[in-house]
Amino acid sequence: METAELKETVQNIVNEWKDREGNLIMILHQIQNRYGYVPREVSLQLSELLDIPLARIYEVLTFYHYFKIVKPGKHRVSVCMGTACYLNGAPGLLNELEHLLGVSAGETTQDGLFQVEVVRCLGCCGLAPVMTVDGKIFSSVQKDDIAKILSDYSHKEPIFSSGDTGSQA
Amino acid sequence: MEKRVFIKDTNHVGKKERTRDFYTAFLAQLRERKLENDVQLIRVADIGAYNQGFVVHIYPDDFLYSNVEMQDIPRMIEESILGGKKIDDLVCHHISKQFRIVLRNCGVIDPRNIDEYIVHDGYQAIEKILSGYTPEKVLEELKTSGLRGRGGAGYPTWLKWQFTRNVPSDQKYVICNGDEGDPGAYMDRSVLEGDPHSVIEGMMIAGYVIGATKGYFYIRAEYPLAIERVKNAISQAYQYGLLGENILGTDFRFDLEIRLGAGAFVCGEETALIASIEGKRGYPRPRPPYPSVKGLWDKPTVINNVETLANIPVVILQGGAWFSNIGTGASKGTKVFALTGKVKNSGLVEVPMGTTLREIVYDIGGGSASQAKVKAIQTGGPSGGVIPEDFLDTPVSYESLQKLGSIMGSGGMIVMDANDCMVDIAKFYLRFCVDESCGKCTPCRVGGTQMLNLLERASEGTGKREDIEKLKKISLAMQRASLCGLGQTAPNPVLSTLRYFEDEYLAHIEEKKCPACRCGALFRYSIIQEKCKNCGLCAKNCPAGAILGDRESGYTLDQEKCTRCGRCFEVCRLGAIFRG
Ligand SMILES: Cc1cc2nc3c(=O)[nH]c(=O)nc-3n(C[C@H](O)[C@H](O)[C@H](O)COP(=O)(O)O)c2cc1C
Ligand code: FES
Repeated sequence: METAELKETVQNIVNEWKDREGNLIMILHQIQNRYGYVPREVSLQLSELLDIPLARIYEVLTFYHYFKIVKPGKHRVSVCMGTACYLNGAPGLLNELEHLLGVSAGETTQDGLFQVEVVRCLGCCGLAPVMTVDGKIFSSVQKDDIAKILSDYSHKEPIFSSGDTGSQA
Repeated sequence: MEKRVFIKDTNHVGKKERTRDFYTAFLAQLRERKLENDVQLIRVADIGAYNQGFVVHIYPDDFLYSNVEMQDIPRMIEESILGGKKIDDLVCHHISKQFRIVLRNCGVIDPRNIDEYIVHDGYQAIEKILSGYTPEKVLEELKTSGLRGRGGAGYPTWLKWQFTRNVPSDQKYVICNGDEGDPGAYMDRSVLEGDPHSVIEGMMIAGYVIGATKGYFYIRAEYPLAIERVKNAISQAYQYGLLGENILGTDFRFDLEIRLGAGAFVCGEETALIASIEGKRGYPRPRPPYPSVKGLWDKPTVINNVETLANIPVVILQGGAWFSNIGTGASKGTKVFALTGKVKNSGLVEVPMGTTLREIVYDIGGGSASQAKVKAIQTGGPSGGVIPEDFLDTPVSYESLQKLGSIMGSGGMIVMDANDCMVDIAKFYLRFCVDESCGKCTPCRVGGTQMLNLLERASEGTGKREDIEKLKKISLAMQRASLCGLGQTAPNPVLSTLRYFEDEYLAHIEEKKCPACRCGALFRYSIIQEKCKNCGLCAKNCPAGAILGDRESGYTLDQEKCTRCGRCFEVCRLGAIFRG
């Protein structure tokens, strides 16, 4: 990430939202969508631009599970642990994933390629158990499918596809 | 309008090939007649009929055919699609017990196109209101309808609106609660994705009644498609002059914006949600004052669930009396459930209140997905409880489910079978609430953790008899003293499993056994030597290297190394792995 480019992007996002009340969370969403996490230097810049203490920004970042403050692995692998997925074998999937990659949920593989995390219901419960890689949904996953799914991603570039987050409609 | 043909194989759930063949054949025949651009052929996940072979639904004529065979395809094309005639011997007579109000347009219209919503009576309700209903008249209709909130608590919608209307203020707000926190439910997501304009129209009507000129959608960030669809719907509504100033030539003005959740369950609670829209941590605050008096930026605010709002235009167009004829007792209209878990046809179902749970699980859901018997269902998510199979004849209503120790909740309905352990389920939900507790109040923060420890002890085989009493005591304290609904209802899954399945708790605690073989410490795997043919498949698949031996001398399972992952049990084709 170029520092100058980063600064400019943040400035643009802030300009768009500056005059709207309660904008902090929406600004953080846009930053995370672009970079996969909210880097510390961005928080510092935001604190200046919005004229709020840094602590106020971290207070929000740490409260909401959705926000990440450390750089994620190249590919984000999420296993759904909502009720439907849990009952239909999600714990076994996570087990298999952790076994194959040699990391626990919340960690990133040493080569930085995969980050494993647990998420709550993706709203596809009818297709349980569900996992996603970089936002792409895999449904009715069996333990044996996992190695194949991962191998397809070993070479791909990641895309942060959590959708473009609601700038003013 | 172009024709749409929906198809679904309602017999062989999960067998995609059969549907694909049928679909391909249908498409080929359309192509032969050069109709592929005029007729849209769509495979759908739910079609409202079950165990009726191939079901075909032709729109806009609304012909529903069941048990359709390949050779019927030409007839359907010639007579129904081109000729507009119904084919009597194909007509489906087993339409399910579903009744669609909230999902009326889902899957029927293109949610990206406002014109399609308008053709289906869209924005007619707000037009009707603006051309002659006073806010009082709208409240009167809502009161007659008996509509109650679908977000969980079941508060009468008209009353909430009336309170907010009666508070004088220079600014008021309408909020749509699209946080859908129950893990294992997706009703609201489907409405936001499939019919966003109906929710917008509901919010406009709320705005008109209470005197608000601004509304917010609060949608969870985990639903990117819903966000996109709502965003698109809002901008179309602006283009059509349905949002903004001077709506439909009157002096009514209404603006809408989207705000996103960020993965905190507690933000579904109304006061926490308001804090979140304000850009702060989602901490709840004590009520009163209720949001109707002091809500967003301290202004009077109405906050309603997605499904509640989607009902509003229909209540206005059909009239409150019509709506109140559907349903039962004090629960009127329909309810959408996300039927999931160990059920054959999982999906969204919308049924009139008063439909029995058995009808939902068996007639619509097709019963258990496997050989195992249905043991219980769970409604209300982390705030709800389990209902054993014996009670499935109960008609659905806010009151009946509460009497059984559960709640209607927002619509999650999860089917559990004999392989599911009730202690494990209680632990699952409780852990969810402990993880999601915002930590502001002590009963919830400390009580939840203590209960979780007790449940963990039970599932590890170190539980004590008196733990059951302790669980009940802490539950009571949490229910009475927690600040918000999260802590007040978090003990429900524990209490309801204790109420109906105390024997399972006792099995864990006294016999150190998990009857469903879920709690890893309380059962073990071993090899049944008489059945084992030394194929070695289990040893090859064991991730822990716990199966020792070779094809010559046979295999044994090292209990020390075994992680109870169940891999050997699954791969053995001879049934030579014992579990218990
Ligand atoms: C912990 C907690 C979580 C909640 N989550 C949701 C939710 O995800 N969606 C929702 O509509 N209501 C939720 N509610 C209920 C809301 O506080 C509120 O009652 C509801 O949105 C009101 O809308 P209604 O009257 O249309 O039901 C939750 C309540 C609590 C205590
Ligand atoms: S429980 Fe996994 S998608 Fe809903």
